Amino acid sequence: MKYVDEFREPELIARTSEEIRRLADPGRHYRFMEVCGGHTHAIYRFGLKDLLPPNIELVHGPGCPVCVLPMGRIDDGLSMAASGDVIFTAFGDMMRVPGTSGSPLEHKARGADIRIVYSPADALKLAKANPDRQVMFFAIGFETTAPSTALTLMRAKAEGVRNFSVFSNHVTIIPAIRAILDSPDMRLDAFIGPGHVSTVIGCRPYEWIARQEGKPIVVSGFEPLDVLQSTAMLLAQLQRGEAKVENQYRRVVPWEGNRAALKAMAEVFTLRSYFEWRGMGFISQSALALNDAYADWDAERRFKVPGIRVTDPKAAQCGEVLKGVLKPAQCKLFGNECTPERPIGALMVSSEGSCAAYYQYEHRKSPLVSIPA
Amino acid sequence: MDTPAAAPKIRFRDTQIEMAHGAGGKASRRLIEGLFAPILFGSSQEPLGDAALLSINGTRLAITADSFVVSPLSFPGGSIGELAVNGTVNDLAVSGARAETLVVTYVLEAGLPTEILEREVRAMGRAARAAGVTIAGGDTKVVEHGKADRMYITTAGVGSLIPGVQCSTRSARPGDVVLLSGPIGDHGITILLARGELDLEADLCSDTRPVLPLVEALAREAAQGLRWMRDPTRGGVATALNEFARDCDLSVFLEEDKVPVRETVRGACELLGLDPLHIANEGQFLAVVAPEYADRALEALRRAPGGQGARIIGEVREQPACTVVAATPYGGNRIVDMLVGDPLPRIC
Repeated sequence: MKYVDEFREPELIARTSEEIRRLADPGRHYRFMEVCGGHTHAIYRFGLKDLLPPNIELVHGPGCPVCVLPMGRIDDGLSMAASGDVIFTAFGDMMRVPGTSGSPLEHKARGADIRIVYSPADALKLAKANPDRQVMFFAIGFETTAPSTALTLMRAKAEGVRNFSVFSNHVTIIPAIRAILDSPDMRLDAFIGPGHVSTVIGCRPYEWIARQEGKPIVVSGFEPLDVLQSTAMLLAQLQRGEAKVENQYRRVVPWEGNRAALKAMAEVFTLRSYFEWRGMGFISQSALALNDAYADWDAERRFKVPGIRVTDPKAAQCGEVLKGVLKPAQCKLFGNECTPERPIGALMVSSEGSCAAYYQYEHRKSPLVSIPA
Repeated sequence: MDTPAAAPKIRFRDTQIEMAHGAGGKASRRLIEGLFAPILFGSSQEPLGDAALLSINGTRLAITADSFVVSPLSFPGGSIGELAVNGTVNDLAVSGARAETLVVTYVLEAGLPTEILEREVRAMGRAARAAGVTIAGGDTKVVEHGKADRMYITTAGVGSLIPGVQCSTRSARPGDVVLLSGPIGDHGITILLARGELDLEADLCSDTRPVLPLVEALAREAAQGLRWMRDPTRGGVATALNEFARDCDLSVFLEEDKVPVRETVRGACELLGLDPLHIANEGQFLAVVAPEYADRALEALRRAPGGQGARIIGEVREQPACTVVAATPYGGNRIVDMLVGDPLPRIC
């Protein structure tokens, strides 16, 4: 497979792993946060932790859009599906995420019309095929998926498709990184920067992390060699005493981002003054709502949305895990009450959630389940 | 006289049936072990296999049944009728039995074009002849339009035991090798693409076929070393090996780069975020063989028609018990878990 196999070449990987060992100061403990859930998944899926020296600790970040969505928003979305003439559409990731009265999949089993789509354009197609029904798209994701939602809305408006609407849960990555750096219990040395988000926003928005916070950040691809090379680049910066933004994922990420995608987002969305993130509380200017020009396609204005805040189960420590303060297995519920089959938090559902990745690929490797802090 | 037995204890706590309960993964296992087994199979401690072995008046037989609800009804490389024959023949084959006869039940939706029904009945006839099995009878039910999706087929089969084969997870030992008959994931990915919901095209066919000739070839050369066989249908190789590991309280160690996967299947899985080890197959099987028989078993499979793709993909180890571990080609390890949820509903 082109563009994949080159980045899984065992010999190159072994060489990069050696380089990392050479660059890492054995007397120092490193804490690198991989912001994006895609990286978390790759790290476990490819067994990359086994290729790093023990003094490099990878801390999983908040970059899993399903995971940071508060339960109340899922309830709000499902409340729209309760009315018989609405077809609820969402990506497959959303289907097993628990709301207060069950996941979208459980609602579907009880008779709600809930369908998996592979893109917002499919939801629009469904609306055109069902002109007498309302089709609501449960939009979720960082800047990675927001442009495709925006383009779909622009098309719906241009074609006058009135039975289509979007429930926007799009969030933005930079305020989340800022919230993590502001968190007092967080000690990080550097960041493995999100690859997919950066294809849209580019690398400039990270410059303050290097300049003001003095932390190196390397925007990284998702193959084993990408993640290891980015780790080596971070170590090299730290060794030289530098802090700058570097782009390891140059084959995909342009430094300036994707102007057309950013333009589409600006056309359709407006920044919410604040938005609740699961486990991290309210973060100002961290999410996107449809702007007034698209009010007619905004599900939050079209349907009555209860907007109830639901507190997470007390024992669940999703917030601590999301911020990287706890490792998945250190949560009291991990693997007992909370498993991928019967998830309590979304971190255990999404393939990008650190708990699901850890549970699926890692936690039974050795008989020791708990990890010392 | 026996006192009436207490009602068996049910451990299945899910409040409703969902698609995942039919996906062949963890939820299916919970349903079978938590609800069906305690009520229907009593206190039998036998691990649940693909077919039941019986002794009737001294004659040893294998019996099994399987239902098919695949959507779409036909797809590149096969159709529901062919699956319905091969699926049951294969369940018997991996239980060490040669299918002798099948009975078949059709559930049809009113409005189904006769043309489609005839096409599928003919496909069953052809598949039965190819597998060397007769169809002895059956039953037909029709439900109102909208109460079923076109047609469902159930087949039940009886088979005679292949001489010398005595599989049991209890005979598995650390050091045994794991064999796979050929490339995985073809069926599941073919069905996914045949639904036309994704704008993806690939030159790929379902692998549906009877595995009996391969099982017989293996049995001729290595019957005494055969510990266990399974056709990795729903839930894929990962689920089948996890069940094996659990049933024998041992570990399976896979070498990921030894598992044969076609480029097209690998490409589709990469794009869709699926693991080929979780994708269904309809014409492959796994075998666990004692190490001293490994070379002979592999040779026998490779010489048999359709067995050229056979590989040794891993081995049985002591620890971590009840777990499947894969060595990635890069020197790391990962756990290979059973399928959770249902990425591809109604694939067979």
